[in-house]
Amino acid sequence: MVYVHNLTKRYGNLTAVENLSFQLERGDVLGFLGPNGAGKTTTMRIITGYMPPTKGTVHIEGVDIFDEPLQAKRVIGYLPENPPLYNDMTVMEYLSFVADIKKVGRKEKKSRIFYVMERCGIAEVRRRIIGHLSKGYRQRVGIAQALVNNPSVLILDEPTIGLDPRQIIEIRELIKSLSGDRTVILSTHILPEVTMICSKVIIINHGKIVLEESLQKLSEDMRSAESILLRTRQNGEGVVEKIHALGNVSSVKPGAAGEYIIVPRKGAEVREELSRLAVENDWGLLELRPVTNTLEEVFLKVISSEGN
Amino acid sequence: MSAFYSVLKRELRSYFASPLAYIILVVFQVISARFFFLYLQGFLQFQLDPSYQLQTGDLNLNNLVILPYFGTISIVLLLIVPLITMRLIADEKKNYTAELLFTSPIHIRTIVLGKFAAALILLIMMLLLSSVNVFVLMVHGNPDLGAVLSGYTGLFLLGASFLSIGIFASSLTDNQLIAAVISFGVLLVLWLVGALSDAESSILGYLSVINHYEDFGKGIVDLKDVVYYVSLIFLGLFLTYSALESERWR
Ligand SMILES: Nc1ncnc2c1ncn2[C@@H]1O[C@H](COP(=O)(O)OP(=O)(O)O)[C@@H](O)[C@H]1O
Ligand SMILES: [Mg+2]
Repeated sequence: MVYVHNLTKRYGNLTAVENLSFQLERGDVLGFLGPNGAGKTTTMRIITGYMPPTKGTVHIEGVDIFDEPLQAKRVIGYLPENPPLYNDMTVMEYLSFVADIKKVGRKEKKSRIFYVMERCGIAEVRRRIIGHLSKGYRQRVGIAQALVNNPSVLILDEPTIGLDPRQIIEIRELIKSLSGDRTVILSTHILPEVTMICSKVIIINHGKIVLEESLQKLSEDMRSAESILLRTRQNGEGVVEKIHALGNVSSVKPGAAGEYIIVPRKGAEVREELSRLAVENDWGLLELRPVTNTLEEVFLKVISSEGN
Repeated sequence: MSAFYSVLKRELRSYFASPLAYIILVVFQVISARFFFLYLQGFLQFQLDPSYQLQTGDLNLNNLVILPYFGTISIVLLLIVPLITMRLIADEKKNYTAELLFTSPIHIRTIVLGKFAAALILLIMMLLLSSVNVFVLMVHGNPDLGAVLSGYTGLFLLGASFLSIGIFASSLTDNQLIAAVISFGVLLVLWLVGALSDAESSILGYLSVINHYEDFGKGIVDLKDVVYYVSLIFLGLFLTYSALESERWR
């Protein structure tokens, strides 16, 4: 369980995070979404106890990270934005070091290290020097490092950044398989990533939460908000009124160059009537298609409305 | 394995994973041995001088060879310690591994002490290597071993103080070179402040790192000198701790 309450962080005059609150249960996979500079890394650094907030509290499994940091940090696994690797060590030496400073018990240590190496697909490079590994492998070692202490809270800061497309897919699969009964927080500025991996989304911008939703609810919203694009030769007179007269239409918005965005009433199918209307009135029908609100649009919408 | 020992081990491994540690050990040994044989040669020539027979106690092995030899070692330490400490913390920041250390369930003091201990081990290795030369002296005469021992105690305390200041410098930046320059600068100032004032009783004279060493070389272990070095070591480590702690509070 992760409980974040009224988190505020100022760097001098700059407020990087402001009054951020949320709560996650075991099994939740939170997509922490926001453009660059939104405050994702700052928030994660506070949650992991790397730095204290200006204001607010964080509880990890019920333990305050600033009152009892040593206890709270035991159950956290953290992959920072830049994987924290010692380039002069082999993968095994490194994971053994991490296990020691994470206080992994002597008895489990070895099996735990082999387990995470297997899990992250780095067993075959375990004797290689980290400095000689490719970027994809380095990222895997970074994730393995975060898993060594079998954390119940896993925090990953932009885990797919800087990887090539194939590596990105592999890392996403890996993260998906890791969630289980952990609480996972994953920050990203790549939207599809969230739809693929997460069960919950928080969008932040300028340090504030602008949207908090379960992914299921979000996709329902996106589907129900499905609208229709009608493109005609040119914008004519009285088109908007005639479409409205069809009934079952909740809004019509004329765009540029003969385009109209039509939002039907919930569950109504108006495309057939629309096409007939367009032909009968000789509007010069060029295109008629549903436009699904992608997460991308939701994202841009909340962020731009927040900016105004 | 305990976190302290683990940090220490990683640090030592890292020293010897790069050529740096070997270069430091070799350069240290070559320079000190070169000077040692210079002093020894001087002594041997002097022994052949007929007037030597008339001299008394003062012109012995200790005063003519060991004392200047230890003086040379202290200067070499001044030059080499910044190279030993420069990467200790600066590198953790540069490689982003600081984020791993500070989000792990260990105290900051464990990290600082582990690193300090690793550097101390390197220092001890250097001093042990240099003692080989002193054993050569046994062949030529009867050096006062008590003075040798106290001299080494002094060199160890001096070196450890240098290391703690070096670690502090390394905690101020993520650039090794800058860390080395800062620690060399601070050490030089601490060394030279004694020269600004002739009286050892003055404040500047008291602050001087090298004034406190003199008695050790003569075979005298004075508590006030030991206290001075131990305080300096604690100060350096405490400042390092504070720098790491406060950095994240900004
Ligand atoms: N150590 C720091 N000192 C000063 N400003 C910082 C520091 N770290 C981040 N910031 C600023 O805080 C804001 C949020 O940054 P960050 O949390 O890194 O955002 P994100 O991870 O979402 O890209 C940015 O404007 C950034 O410039
Ligand atoms: Mg970031």
